[in-house]
Amino acid sequence: MTTTETPDILPRILDYSSRADPYPLYAELRRTPVALQENGSYVISTYRELTGVLHDPRLSSDVRNLSRPMPGAADRAAPAFINLDPPEHDRLRRMAMRHFGPPHTPGLVAGMEGELTAVVSGLIDDFADRERIDIVDDFAYPFPVTVICHLLGVPREDESRFHVWVNHIIDAINYNPSTDPQEKLTNGMQATQDLRQYLGGLLDQRHGRPGDDLLTRLANDDGPEGRMTDDEIVSTANLLLIAGHETTVNLITNGMLTLLRHPEVLQRLRTEPDLVVPLVEELLRYEPPVHIIPWRAAYSDITVADTVIPQGSQIMLMLASGSRDPARFDDPDRFDPDRQDNQHLGFGSGIHLCFGGPLARLETQIALNALARRLNRPSLIADPPPYRPSPVLRGPIHLHIEQS
Amino acid sequence: MSSATTLKGFKRDGRIVIVGASLAGLRAAEALRDEGFTGSLTMIGDELGEPYDRPPLSKQVLTGWVPAEGTTLPRRRDIDAEWLLGVPADHLDLATNHVRLADGRRIPFDRMLISTGVRARPWFVEAEAALDGVFVVRTREDADGLRRAMAAGPSRVLVIGAGFTGSEIASICRERGIPVTVAELAPAPLVGGLGAMIGEVAADMQRAHGVDLRCGVKVTRLEGDAQGRFRRAHFSDGSTVDADVAVVALGGIRNTEWLRDSGLAVGVWGVACDSGCRAFDVNGLVTDDIFVAGDVARCPNPIYEYRFISLEHWANAVEQAEIAAHNMVSTQADRWPHLSIPTFWSIQFGVNIKSVGVPTYADEVVVTQGSVPDHRFVAAYGYQGRVTAAVSFNNAKWLDHYRQLIETAAPFPPSCPTPDQPADAKPVPVDFPGPTLLAQGATVVVTGHDPGERRVTAMRQHR
Repeated sequence: MTTTETPDILPRILDYSSRADPYPLYAELRRTPVALQENGSYVISTYRELTGVLHDPRLSSDVRNLSRPMPGAADRAAPAFINLDPPEHDRLRRMAMRHFGPPHTPGLVAGMEGELTAVVSGLIDDFADRERIDIVDDFAYPFPVTVICHLLGVPREDESRFHVWVNHIIDAINYNPSTDPQEKLTNGMQATQDLRQYLGGLLDQRHGRPGDDLLTRLANDDGPEGRMTDDEIVSTANLLLIAGHETTVNLITNGMLTLLRHPEVLQRLRTEPDLVVPLVEELLRYEPPVHIIPWRAAYSDITVADTVIPQGSQIMLMLASGSRDPARFDDPDRFDPDRQDNQHLGFGSGIHLCFGGPLARLETQIALNALARRLNRPSLIADPPPYRPSPVLRGPIHLHIEQS
Repeated sequence: MSSATTLKGFKRDGRIVIVGASLAGLRAAEALRDEGFTGSLTMIGDELGEPYDRPPLSKQVLTGWVPAEGTTLPRRRDIDAEWLLGVPADHLDLATNHVRLADGRRIPFDRMLISTGVRARPWFVEAEAALDGVFVVRTREDADGLRRAMAAGPSRVLVIGAGFTGSEIASICRERGIPVTVAELAPAPLVGGLGAMIGEVAADMQRAHGVDLRCGVKVTRLEGDAQGRFRRAHFSDGSTVDADVAVVALGGIRNTEWLRDSGLAVGVWGVACDSGCRAFDVNGLVTDDIFVAGDVARCPNPIYEYRFISLEHWANAVEQAEIAAHNMVSTQADRWPHLSIPTFWSIQFGVNIKSVGVPTYADEVVVTQGSVPDHRFVAAYGYQGRVTAAVSFNNAKWLDHYRQLIETAAPFPPSCPTPDQPADAKPVPVDFPGPTLLAQGATVVVTGHDPGERRVTAMRQHR
C-alpha cells in the first residue's frame, strides 16, 4: 500500500482512446491505492480508501484550499454547494433540499412518477415504429432535460441555447493545462458566465411571483434560515441544471447499452418490471454516469493507506474504479442485477452524496422499463458506440440501435 | 456437536429454539435460514402478534404519524418457524435441553438463542404506577395508550427521567403543543449516556423548546384523585407539579429472571456471553449450545479492553443476532466474533443525534467540528489518549470517519484541522455521574477447594 509514481496510467485513462473501456486501466491503477502523480496530485482508486476519504472531514471541496490554484479559479463566481465545505455547504444544500426532498418536501420525487412516465411515453411514441433509433438524441437526452427544466422552471424552448454552454462547461471540468488548448478553459469560463446571466435573468422575473418550480420557490423562500442571495440561487440552479441533464443521460444510455449486451437480462426485465430497482443500482456500480471526482483538496495532512497526503494537495477520486474493486465486490466485472450488498459509489458518499440521486433513480427505472417493454427486438448497430469526450461524466454520445 | 458431520446433520434436521421474538430474535431466525439451516425453528415470545420495531414508539407513533400497528418489522425472508406467542418462557433446563413455558409446556431443543431483551422499569410504587395516566413506553400497547392520552389534550405531561426515551417523549409533547415538565435526577438530560458537556447542550435544547426542565430532583410520589387518575407529582425539593399524564422513563430491566436457576451467568446486567455470542455458565465457562443476542446480552468487546458491555441499541441487536445465528450453525473454526462498533441515534427537538463507539468509555470529550451553539457539531470521546466514541448533532454523515478512528485506535484528541472548526476545541473531562455500573450486590458465591472442585453458585437477587 505504498505510494509509487505511476506516470502513465492516469494519462491513459484520461486519453480519449480509453473511453469505451477504462476498466482494465482502473484495475492497474488499483495496484497503487493512493498514487502520487507527476504534477503533485494524488489519485485514489480503491473502495476502502475512497470511502475513507469521502467521510474524512479533512477532505475539502473548496478549490481555495489547494496550494496550487486551479486554472481559472480566481475568476469563478460564487461556488455552488458542490464546491463548498461546511458550514456553507450544509446551509446551502439544506436550503435547496427544503424544496426538493425530506423532511420538508418528502413527496416531491415520488409524486413525479406520472409526469415522468408521460414524458417517456411521449418520446417513445415518436420513434416506436422507426427501425433505427439513437437512444441518446431521441430519448436519453431529451427526457431528463425536459424533467429538470420543468422542475427548475427553465423554459424547455431555451434548451438549444444552454445546451451549448453546458457542453463547454463539461469539457472544461477536466481541463489539463499541459495537454489541452487554452480555448477549452476560456470557452468553459465564458459559458459559465453566459449560463449564470441567463439564469439570473429568469430569477429576476420570479421574485414575488407564485409558482411551484424550484427557482420560484428559492426566490420567495421564507424558511427559518431566510432566503439565499440571488447569487447563491443562480449558483444552485446552475449546478442542478448541469448535473440534472449531463448525468442521467449517461445513466440511461449506459443502461440500455448494458441491457443490449446482456440480452437475457433485457428479456427478464420485460416480464419482471420490479427487477429494474436492483438493476439500476447495479448499473450505478457497473457503468456509472460519473467516473471521477477530478479534484478535492487536502485541508490538512491526510493519511490514506499509509500515505501522507500533504495539506493543499489536489486529490482525484476514481469512483468508478472503487465500484469495481474486487476487494469489496465479488466478481466485480460481472453485471449482476441480483447482486446483494451493493453499496456502490455511483452517487458518491458522505456529505456530498448526489443531491438529485432519488430523481435520477426514478427517471432511469421508468426509462429502462419502458424501453424494455416497447422496443421490438432491439440490437446494437455499433459496439462499442462512440463516446462523449469527458472521462469524468462518461457515456456514449450516440447509441444507434435497430429494431424490427 | 464438534465434528463437521454432526454439524451437517444438525443444520439439516436439528432443533433450534429462539426465546424472545422481537428484533434480535427475528433477525437471527432469518439469518439461520440464510445460513442454510433447514431443521425446525421455534419462536417463543411473551407478546402476541408479529415482531415489531420499537424506536418509532417514542417518536412517530406518539405524533400519530405512524399508527402503533404500523410498526411491524419488515421480513427479509420466509423463516418457516413455529410461533409460540403470548406465553413467556419461565425456565431453562440445561440438563435435558428444554425450555419451559409459563403454561407448563416443555419445548426441547438442540441449540437455543436467548433474545428476551429488556422491559421498561416500572414506577417503584405499584399503587401509584397503576394510576390512570401513568405510562411506561416499551410496547406497542404502551405507545398507543400514551398517544391517546396525548391526543386527549392533557393540561401537562410529566416525564420522569431525561434519558433518550424521556427526552424524545418531551420533544413530541412540545411538537404537539402540550406543556411538559421533565424531572431528572442527574444535573442534565442525557448525561448518563453522553456526559456533562453534551448534557448541557441537551438541557439548552429542551429549555429553548419550552420544556419545564427540573434537574437534580427526584420524583418522590405520584398522587391520584378519588377516581384513581394521576393528578400531581411531588418532588424531593418539596415542590409539586400538576399534570394529567406521567411518563416513567427510567430505563429498562433485562429479562433474565426466568434464567435464574438455569446455571447460566445471568444477573441484572444480562446474560454474559463470549464475543461469539455463546453464553457463559455460572462458573464463567463457555457453553456450546446456548447463544445470546440483543439487549439482554452482555458481551466482551476487544476494542474496549475486553470489558463486558451490554448495549440497548437497535443496530447492535441486528448485528449480534446475525453473528449468533452464524455461529449456531458453524464449526469452531468458522465462528465469527461480534466486533462491530456500536451506533445509536435519536431524534429530539428537531435535532438528529447519532453516535458511534461507547461514549461512556471515555475520560475526555472534545468538539471537533461545527458549532455547539447552533446545535450542529461532532464531538469525539477519548480514553487515555485514544478515540473511543463520537457523537454528532445534525452532522451524522461524518461519523464513518470517527468509526475508523475508533477502529484504528487513533490518538485523542484528533489533531488535524478541518473546515468548520469549532470556536473552542479543547478537550474537557467527560464527567459522567459516577460509575454507571456500581457493584449491584454479589451474584455468586464460590465453593470447593481443589481446582477440580471449585464452583460458583448463583445467589438469589433481591429485586
